Amino acid sequence: MSKKFSQPHLLGIKDITRDDIELVFETADNFKAIINRPIKKVPSLRDVTVANIFFENSTRTRISFELAQKRLSADIVNFSASSSSVSKGETLIDTVNNILAMKVDMVVMRHPAPGACQFLAKHVDAQIINAGDGTHEHPTQALLDAYSIREKLGGVKGKKVVIVGDITHSRVALSNIYCLKKLGAEVMVCGPTTLIPKHIESLGVKVEHDLMKALNWCDVANMLRIQLERQEIKYFPSLREYSMLYGLDKERLDKLNKEILIMHPGPINRGVEITSDVADSKHSIILDQVENGVATRMAVMYLLAGQQG
Amino acid sequence: MNTKVILEKKQFDITIDRLCFELIEKHGDFSNTAIVGLQPRGIYLSRRIYKRVSEILNSKKVLYGELDIAFYRDDYRRGNEQIVPSEMNISFNVQDKNIVIIDDVLYTGRTIRSALDALTDFGRPNKVELLVLVDRRYSRHLPIQPDYTGISVDTRANDKVKVEWKENAKNDLVHILTN
Repeated sequence: MSKKFSQPHLLGIKDITRDDIELVFETADNFKAIINRPIKKVPSLRDVTVANIFFENSTRTRISFELAQKRLSADIVNFSASSSSVSKGETLIDTVNNILAMKVDMVVMRHPAPGACQFLAKHVDAQIINAGDGTHEHPTQALLDAYSIREKLGGVKGKKVVIVGDITHSRVALSNIYCLKKLGAEVMVCGPTTLIPKHIESLGVKVEHDLMKALNWCDVANMLRIQLERQEIKYFPSLREYSMLYGLDKERLDKLNKEILIMHPGPINRGVEITSDVADSKHSIILDQVENGVATRMAVMYLLAGQQG
Repeated sequence: MNTKVILEKKQFDITIDRLCFELIEKHGDFSNTAIVGLQPRGIYLSRRIYKRVSEILNSKKVLYGELDIAFYRDDYRRGNEQIVPSEMNISFNVQDKNIVIIDDVLYTGRTIRSALDALTDFGRPNKVELLVLVDRRYSRHLPIQPDYTGISVDTRANDKVKVEWKENAKNDLVHILTN
């Protein structure tokens, strides 16, 4: 009973330990059972107020966090940059301190600048959960991805996971690499040379540029979206060409002599990185990921909130 | 630290048997009654009672579940220790059932209060009763009393009552640690 989450915040998977991740998973198992009951709510966080601060668009993550908070009975305030005083020139610290002055205990933040959450954690007095900071990390996504693999394959250790697509601009990729490596999985990244960062091997991952080879190697394929909004220059000639070389379609899947799990963090660009028939096939666990997202986020917030008295 | 044994192997089995017969006296064939053990420490007792009641009734239909109260505790965020949840397993419909909650030691009554909250999230039971192995008298913080008691003891606040089970220690044993 003396297990404890080692960090006061969840800023990135890089900062947390394997034990922390396992603790989140064990706790999430309980929450998954709860969100499948007729009464999907527990009173654990009824004295906690959480601010969801989103400086970038989000559907899944935001709704997932909000549902997780509601099912823990927390009070919540939502804030998005477009409808706020940020457009009047207020700084990040001022914005957040003003929110905290209204007695908020926890902040869930998404921000386009890498490191924004670290910066905030240093300067304000609240628990911070990173809901995606630019091209840096998206820790809860990695936790729910690994949790989904554990659920479907019975464990993560020794499993082979390939992350396909825009590795350079993807916070999901970086968090997933840290998380999967900590749990003892083998990780490969696959994509065009221009979208794979130099020296990524130093994180202990394999690099492959041929999608078929990568698919033949893996147990799980995590297909990422091309992040056009973060690409200031052209990294490949056309989406059509990218799709021909790195898009996952039924034909490629049928050529494999084994079954693999297909994951996608959303939002899907159907017909680009993944075709509709694959996204909706029985191999795809995309909607399980979404369901698990609520349970893992409940676990993270429950464990973090428990540290404060 | 002195330790005084208050319940030993032989007495232990007799006590559990007596509790089972008391339950059967009240609940008959258990057709509308379910046994619910409280995680993490009440389940050793509840599993034994479930097994013994099923043996005595020669029935395989006795309803049994285990309830975790971690998310319902009133001291969350008020202590230093992280409260880690245990497995919850209630696979029957609680609605309109008679429920016997089972825990090892009844002390302040706060665990039972949380258990009542947790239980009602599964439905509205017809009746809820409480069975404990050890009742620490005169130490309640809430108006909660057991319906079935293995043994009652008078203790001081800084005493500790420890229940050991074959399943998690060497022997079945209840002892009091006093400073």
